[in-house]
Amino acid sequence: MAEEIVQKQNEASPVLTAKDFASDQDVRWCPGCGDYSILAQVQRVMPSLGVPREKVVFVAGIGCSSRFPYYMDTYGFHGIHGRAPIIAAGLKMARPDLSVWVATGDGDLLSIGGNHFIHVTRRNIDLNILLFNNRIYGLTKGQYSPTSEYGKITKSTPMGVIDHPFNPVSLALGSNGTFVARTLDRDAKHMQEMIQRQASHKGTSFLEIYQNCNIFNDGAFDLLTDKETKADNVLVLQQGKPMVFGKENDKGIKLDGFKPVVVSLKDGRYSINDLVVHNDKSRELAFILSELTEYPGYPTPIGVFLDIDRKTYDSEMVNQIDKAKNTMDEGDLDKLLNSGNTWKIN
Amino acid sequence: MEKTAKVLKSSIIRFAGDSGDGMQLTGTQFTQTTAELGNDLSTLPDYPAEIRAPAGTLFGVSGFQIQFSSDDIHSPGDEPDILVAMNPAALKVNLKDLKKGGMIIANVDAFNKKNLELAKYDTNPLEDGSLDRYQLFVIPITKTTTTALQTSGLNMKEITRCKNFFALGIMYWMFNRSMDTTIDWIRGKFKKLPKIMEANITALKAGYNFGDTTEIFTTRYEVAPAKLEKGTYRNISGNEATALGMIAASQKSGLPLFLGSYPITPASEILHELSRHKNFGVKTFQAEDEIAGICSAIGASFGGALGLTTTSGPGLALKTEAIGLAVMVELPLVIINVQRGGPSTGLPTKTEQADLLQAMYARNGESPVPVVAASTPADCFTMAYEAARLALKFMTPVICLTDGYLANGSEPWKIPESKGLPEIKVNFVTNPEGFQPYQRDENLSRPWAIPGTPGLEHRIGGLEKENVTGNVCYIPENHQLMVNLRAQKVKNIENDIPLLEVEGPEEGELLVVGWGSTYGAIQAAYENMMTKGYKFSKVHLKYLNPFQKNLGEILKRFKNVLVCEMNLGQLAKLLRMEYLVDVKTLNKVQGLPFKAIEIENKIIEILNTK
Repeated sequence: MAEEIVQKQNEASPVLTAKDFASDQDVRWCPGCGDYSILAQVQRVMPSLGVPREKVVFVAGIGCSSRFPYYMDTYGFHGIHGRAPIIAAGLKMARPDLSVWVATGDGDLLSIGGNHFIHVTRRNIDLNILLFNNRIYGLTKGQYSPTSEYGKITKSTPMGVIDHPFNPVSLALGSNGTFVARTLDRDAKHMQEMIQRQASHKGTSFLEIYQNCNIFNDGAFDLLTDKETKADNVLVLQQGKPMVFGKENDKGIKLDGFKPVVVSLKDGRYSINDLVVHNDKSRELAFILSELTEYPGYPTPIGVFLDIDRKTYDSEMVNQIDKAKNTMDEGDLDKLLNSGNTWKIN
Repeated sequence: MEKTAKVLKSSIIRFAGDSGDGMQLTGTQFTQTTAELGNDLSTLPDYPAEIRAPAGTLFGVSGFQIQFSSDDIHSPGDEPDILVAMNPAALKVNLKDLKKGGMIIANVDAFNKKNLELAKYDTNPLEDGSLDRYQLFVIPITKTTTTALQTSGLNMKEITRCKNFFALGIMYWMFNRSMDTTIDWIRGKFKKLPKIMEANITALKAGYNFGDTTEIFTTRYEVAPAKLEKGTYRNISGNEATALGMIAASQKSGLPLFLGSYPITPASEILHELSRHKNFGVKTFQAEDEIAGICSAIGASFGGALGLTTTSGPGLALKTEAIGLAVMVELPLVIINVQRGGPSTGLPTKTEQADLLQAMYARNGESPVPVVAASTPADCFTMAYEAARLALKFMTPVICLTDGYLANGSEPWKIPESKGLPEIKVNFVTNPEGFQPYQRDENLSRPWAIPGTPGLEHRIGGLEKENVTGNVCYIPENHQLMVNLRAQKVKNIENDIPLLEVEGPEEGELLVVGWGSTYGAIQAAYENMMTKGYKFSKVHLKYLNPFQKNLGEILKRFKNVLVCEMNLGQLAKLLRMEYLVDVKTLNKVQGLPFKAIEIENKIIEILNTK
């Protein structure tokens, strides 16, 4: 019934712009917050996806990132802490025709919502997850998060964090994810490309966005985003291209067995032909690359680690229902109520 | 030898054995056959939480009680007339309940030294005269089954597993019931295991013939069909009825049913049952945890499905925060709580009604949720359906309480015609003109605008809403207004549900109040006492929030009010609080339903106190 109504209503939609995706609500993030960039890139990419506005739903949990749905003029659901992926999953299972997005943070998705994240990912429910990773709890004013570095001094860890952090990309891969990518809040173009890529993926698409919290964890990603240091510390993954990085494109990644090594392309010992060529269809390579994240002496990869096809849970669910309708009957209620052993009293 | 036939109005049998002996199966088969014969019946399965507890132990005993009758009956009965004891532990655990002079059918082969020790018997009760007050039938069930299956080609372990069918065969003979239903069932169940299928049928027939030819039994019993209302009947358990009620609500409302659920005893069968009916467009999702169960259902409901989650007490506790979310976003959602003994893990396989206050209040903030409760296994159909109707009409989560006793117990159900079920109308909003997400109708329900509808894009969530617009709003007066509106909306349900009916005089000395699954025992007590000339009245509550409009006024017409419930007085607290009535209580928390006699004794005590 729901889908019928929707189909009736969907007439040819006019060409939309980023502005059409902005709601009338005032954006209330702190000035200078990385979230603004994410909102801007999402609004910019949306019109190009070819999905009518009314078919787009943003679902969020709790935290700074999770105010995101209020600022999008689409359908939106601001849920409870940690539960965005599973609220979104329920929506997608019920309504496979919708484009469902999750806006979430490192505390929301990886701490209180960790269980839902890994299970939604392994099921490959067709959701697009945007992880705003600022490695801190912002909305509760500065406690450490599951991605905060070991030893970090925060309000709740005056003597330093003694947890060891998750690497979200590794976690998504370990959860049997089918699309895993990373981008930077200060690289608008790259982020747009990543959002586009994840939107076109069928299945759970996971995009980790390194996002600066200028109030409680300012500069967390400066090494990766500052003009001066970015080129030497970031490896931009490009499908089918050798892994080159450095200010003068003078460094590369070579595989020594299973171990990646950084080599110089300047001294003549190695050429571009010795480098690993990126293949986002390879789970093995994705696992190896994910380990390079802020690994001393190595650049941190951004881009698509993995993009493989696997049946989605929501489509399989529909298939089973279709199959049941074909092999059983269309669902006759009186027949169902009268099934089993019955007897008559006259 | 000529055997005499004796006509009985009703009979109570309890099958008891090790949890691996197949007693639940034996009981279920006897029930099905008895139902088809047209007896009224009520059952009480009682089994341990361990799947295969160590054999022969007292805590591993599994029991199944059935009362069947040529009259209208309401409970599985207080004292069994017949106890089938497959081993010493089963005898020891169940003997105390057996009627004075009742019949014991004991599998003598299991009364060996080891089993007697496990059951903590110093001497063999079959031989030491301690059972002289009963009619004792000592039968070599294992040996006779083994003999009958000598040529079956099965090994010893497989052969002894057929002994429950031998015992069932004896009972079929004793009550003159046909074996056909069970034989058909065995054929279907063991289609792929022809040797096992044949062996079970042989064991069943051997038991029947044993009854017929042996000189041990001299009497057969007849329990005539009951004079039930005209109609088509089937035997149904509470969990099955719950599942069917939800499918019916889905069909009548035109909304696809979405179940998000995590396995938990004793609610899992609802998940199993609904998973079998995908041809009705039912989507069942086995979630990663209880929270995911309800949150996925809320997501589905946002998308325009009939959202459902099913659980038991500990699971309801985990769903607490999400229920509050559903209250705030005002989306329809049905939450079925099959109560079990608590607190904590408690008694997973035993019954209790101690989640009433949890259902009423266990949420942060002012978070009103309608609560309904089923009174019998078949009534689970009606109340699950009613929960869905209310959820959709009032745009609210609704909690439907059943319990382990209703879930696993069964009774004949007069199958309703789908066209006679109450209407459930759902109107999704489609017109963007003047649309406001929290613009309420005459019931105070907000409009349901589902994603995919152009022009109605809006955002909802757990933050306080501005009245009408639904925008996030922290204004003090608005919060007060919204809290009041949500409370009033739930209160308005009282105008949408039937008035409460009093059974017996409209006023007088005593009103007995029950709710949920205590219906059977209270009704049985009531009918027993009416025939003995006692005078009192009773009401049974199926609506716990809001209460029916006339409840307060009814309570005030009686000098004494007695509330019987399987907790420490939770409904009693609510009635005292709501109506300032000094109710008396009868409480039982033993993981077992009330016996009628327990209620009768309390009533007599009150009536005798002047």
